[in-house]
Amino acid sequence: MILDRPVLDHVLTLLVVIPIVGLVPLLFFMRDERAAKQVALVTTFVELVVSLVMLAQFRVGEAGFQMVDSVLWLPTLGIRYEVGVDGISVLLVVLTTLLTFISVLYSSGGAIKMRVGEFMAAFLLLEVGMVGVFIALDLFLFYVFFELMLVPMYLIIGIWGGTRRIYATLKFVLFTLSGSLLMLVAIVAVYLASGDAGSRTLSFTDLVSDRGRFAPDFQFWAFFAFALAFAIKLPMVPFHTWLPDAHVEAPTAGSIILAGILLKAGGYGLIRFALPLFPIGAQAWLPIILLLSVVAIIYGAAVSTVQKDLKKLVAYSSVAHMGFVTLGIFVLNVQGGVGAVLQMLNHGVVTGALFLFVGIQYERTHRRQIADLGGLANGWPLYTTFFGIFVLASLGLPGLNGFVGEFLVLVGTFRYEGDPVSGLVWGPLAAIGVILAAVYLLWMFQRVMYGPVREAYKDLPDLSPVEIASAVPLLALTIVLGVFPQPFIRIIEPSLERMLALASAAAVAVK
Amino acid sequence: MLPAEASRGADVIDLVWLVALIPLAAAAINGAFGRRWLGKATGPIATVALGASAALGVAIFFATIGLGHEAHRTVTLYEWMGVGDFRVGVTALVDPLSATMVAVVTVVSFLIHVYSNGYMSHDHGFHRFFTWLPLFVFFMLVLVLADNYVLMFVGWEGVGLCSYLLIGFWFEREAPYVAAKKAFVMNRIGDWGFTVGVILTFLTFGSVAFHDVFAKVEAAHSADPAMLTLIAIAFFLGAAGKSAQLPLYSWLPDAMEGPTPVSALIHAATMVTAGVYLVARSTALFAAAGPALVVVAIVGAITAIFAATIALVQFDIKRVMAYSTVSQLGYMFLALGVGAPIAAIFHLATHAFFKALLFLGSGSVIHATEEQDMRRMGGLRRKLPVTYWTMLLAGGALAAIPPLAGFWSKDEIVGAAFTNGYPLLWGIGVLTGALTAFYVTRALWMTFHGEPRDHHLYEHAHESPPVMTVPLVLLAAGSVIAGVVLGFPPDAGFIHGFLEPSVAVRGAEHHAPDYGLITTLAGASVLAGLIGIAIGLAMYARRRPDPAAVARAAGPVYTLLRNRYYVDELYDRRFVDLMRAAFGAAWAFDIHIIDGIVDRLGWLARLIGGQARRVQTGVVGNYALSIAAGLVVLIVVYGGYATGVFRR
Repeated sequence: MILDRPVLDHVLTLLVVIPIVGLVPLLFFMRDERAAKQVALVTTFVELVVSLVMLAQFRVGEAGFQMVDSVLWLPTLGIRYEVGVDGISVLLVVLTTLLTFISVLYSSGGAIKMRVGEFMAAFLLLEVGMVGVFIALDLFLFYVFFELMLVPMYLIIGIWGGTRRIYATLKFVLFTLSGSLLMLVAIVAVYLASGDAGSRTLSFTDLVSDRGRFAPDFQFWAFFAFALAFAIKLPMVPFHTWLPDAHVEAPTAGSIILAGILLKAGGYGLIRFALPLFPIGAQAWLPIILLLSVVAIIYGAAVSTVQKDLKKLVAYSSVAHMGFVTLGIFVLNVQGGVGAVLQMLNHGVVTGALFLFVGIQYERTHRRQIADLGGLANGWPLYTTFFGIFVLASLGLPGLNGFVGEFLVLVGTFRYEGDPVSGLVWGPLAAIGVILAAVYLLWMFQRVMYGPVREAYKDLPDLSPVEIASAVPLLALTIVLGVFPQPFIRIIEPSLERMLALASAAAVAVK
Repeated sequence: MLPAEASRGADVIDLVWLVALIPLAAAAINGAFGRRWLGKATGPIATVALGASAALGVAIFFATIGLGHEAHRTVTLYEWMGVGDFRVGVTALVDPLSATMVAVVTVVSFLIHVYSNGYMSHDHGFHRFFTWLPLFVFFMLVLVLADNYVLMFVGWEGVGLCSYLLIGFWFEREAPYVAAKKAFVMNRIGDWGFTVGVILTFLTFGSVAFHDVFAKVEAAHSADPAMLTLIAIAFFLGAAGKSAQLPLYSWLPDAMEGPTPVSALIHAATMVTAGVYLVARSTALFAAAGPALVVVAIVGAITAIFAATIALVQFDIKRVMAYSTVSQLGYMFLALGVGAPIAAIFHLATHAFFKALLFLGSGSVIHATEEQDMRRMGGLRRKLPVTYWTMLLAGGALAAIPPLAGFWSKDEIVGAAFTNGYPLLWGIGVLTGALTAFYVTRALWMTFHGEPRDHHLYEHAHESPPVMTVPLVLLAAGSVIAGVVLGFPPDAGFIHGFLEPSVAVRGAEHHAPDYGLITTLAGASVLAGLIGIAIGLAMYARRRPDPAAVARAAGPVYTLLRNRYYVDELYDRRFVDLMRAAFGAAWAFDIHIIDGIVDRLGWLARLIGGQARRVQTGVVGNYALSIAAGLVVLIVVYGGYATGVFRR
């Protein structure tokens, strides 16, 4: 993008390796809280910088994969270690490194009080999995990273979580596992169908160029298995009930990552693998996915409105917002697709920020029930400003980032001309979600922030420097992505067009 | 007006974005440094910025006059978003219509900023006020300058946000923030229409830029008329939300919880006229969508008379003005609907002056007495002479007394309803005129005339400082002369020739104004106004008949009006309860049904696991048997697959 020649070769592999390297000193400093924090901070910061270098050497305008590293990993099986980024994934990688750094930064400010070393180690391991998911180009490698994300998050919720953490984390793991095991079965089936013994592969590039092999029936079930795994991760209605529980119990940093990145792995998987590999299967499931997306948008918003717990409210709002992602992907046009990718980025930034601010507030008041809060705006002008802007971004105010993605998805949805229900029905229905977002977010904001000062909260301090430092990058992105989205669109669009070309069923010659 | 200005017009118009960016800069500076460092300096900073913006805005207005007929210019900053064929630029359209709006918005905003320095001087949120008010002006200017619907939507939502913030300015109390949320949510219902309208426009015409869309509307009649009507109705829903028309009007009276300068600027002079501007801007679209225009006219006329009847019986001085605003906006939509967009914009401009003045005057009274209930006022003209005289002029303009500003613009609307073939709507317009004259007479008399009804309040009343009264005087001058300057002679004044290129519909016929008819119609309107004033004076000055007796005699009608037709009851209680019940049911479904199934599955798994545990016998022979059985199953499955037995 900026650099005309790469300054770092193998930069993607470097991104996988850096957190692992950081883990080594961390193991030695496990009992030394300060050292553990410093190691984690330095590691995630270096990771962030390297990811920015990677973004800088990304060539905008090219549709294909860049910075590809590919070696044979399990030679007898033909499985490769193959990583690369295109316009769809490159920004998600940077979002991952940014949110991880912010989470570690915020957590090192005192939010985590026990087993700090283990917490930081879990985060570094988590980062390996998340970065890996967005760059893996071999299905087996992708699956490894996909499951690798699960383990540290299981621990983060289960050890550093709230009172019902065991129930929540088990529910989270069992839900996700049951989806991804089905995907594993499908991956094995894809592997077997990919060629004759000796020439089998799980490399995305090879599979996609030769996907005519996948018979329509095969695609129907393979798509189902992949899509189910990703639908649980997203989560789509009706597989979403693990999310509110997981968020309520997770520590703040866990919630940021869960909402900001882990859910994106679901949307990304759909657009990267499920759709282009099994376009015919996708066509068959399309009406159901569109229906569930619109249901998620309205139903998620409706349920958000009556939540009494702040974190649950934000969690259910995620269900609604992720509905826009699946809607945008499966209307199968460029506005919808670009909008969906932007919506993933925007939701990561804004919902990450919302969970950060709910956490900051909880640190002080030890209350999360909306009814117990009120009048916080009086003593916290800075907090109010930041939180207010993120709330506005989340409800899709034009000029902030949330609007751009949602509006593009709506444009794409309106122009969807499929059977049996056209975009002229789905579009106006989805737009209702935008009204409801204003209802539940503003109602929440006024009940928490406005009203008379409460005696108990009178002398609580406004944002600390660490909290400001954690929030400022997110605020900057919220504004920049809203006012100047075009540079980001230019990164995404060519790769998305390519993905859509692959997904258009007509282009597939079935052998 | 000043042709000499035209020669340097080309340069000034290129600076059009500065008109909007200067207030934004003031808002940014005050927002970042106001609380800690600037304090009371935020007021002068915002005011000076608005002064500069107004000067530039007026210069651009004159430069636009110099552009001549059919002329418009676009000024692009950058491409905002473009995906595929959907492209949106941050582009300003400078033409007579937007230049008129820019001039009105910046000048009135500037005066209200000056006034606010006095009005808000004792408020502890002073810096906050002078952050949000210039931010509002920025978004309002984006709204009127945008050359396409999507950018317009940025301003549209931005002014809604600032309105939300400023209605809820005193957020420690409940009423303001409840009113603020009501305003935002009702606007959002309208915005759903706007969103649908924009996207359907894009799909139908392949562009969201005004000139592309209108050119295609006029060039080819290829577009499906039903689709055009749908688009127009969708936009009108948005306009009805923003401009407080039935059924989305009830947020505006509640918005009076905000500081009075906010009521004057946002909820009378500028933001609430955005819907009028939207429809006027889309004249070509609406003209091609016949049935939609009729809807606009009928909704406008009904809103006008509906709100005027409520205003008859209010005792809160700001509420009277608020319902009056709803009613006057109804007139503007009536004008748009009967095919007189120029009259609508004309009335928008004059109304901006006299209604801003009526609110600022009310604010001056409230500032002096700390009271909004007119029943406790009376006789204040001796204490507040400047406020009294200026409000009297504005009241006369509102009652459409010639030659004050409101007379020219309102009569043009009512007259157009008649000449364009809507005699019934004309009748409603004239009747509403009489009601208007009555309620403004009543309000002014109760406030300023008669004996003081609350002596304590009267004794402590004092005229406002010059920083507040000077803007009143300037607005009064506008309320007196704006009508003659802009709109004389009727149907052929400056504003008619000036705005013609912006709102002209190709193929529309032109009639020379029939001054005989115009004079007759104007005479009828003036007569209705005078009757309204006469009844008002008779009831309140001479107590014959006594207002209380009239109220008793009117019985249920009076109760209905006092309770504002029970619409607030319906919306705020019944509708909200219904929604809450529905959403609560959705959540119960989520917990008990969806999650219930999940927990049942978990329970089932545990049950199966409990049984399966018995398999773990520890006897190696059992394990070996299991392995063998599993192997057989695998071989069968794999073999079946490989040989094609399992393939369909």
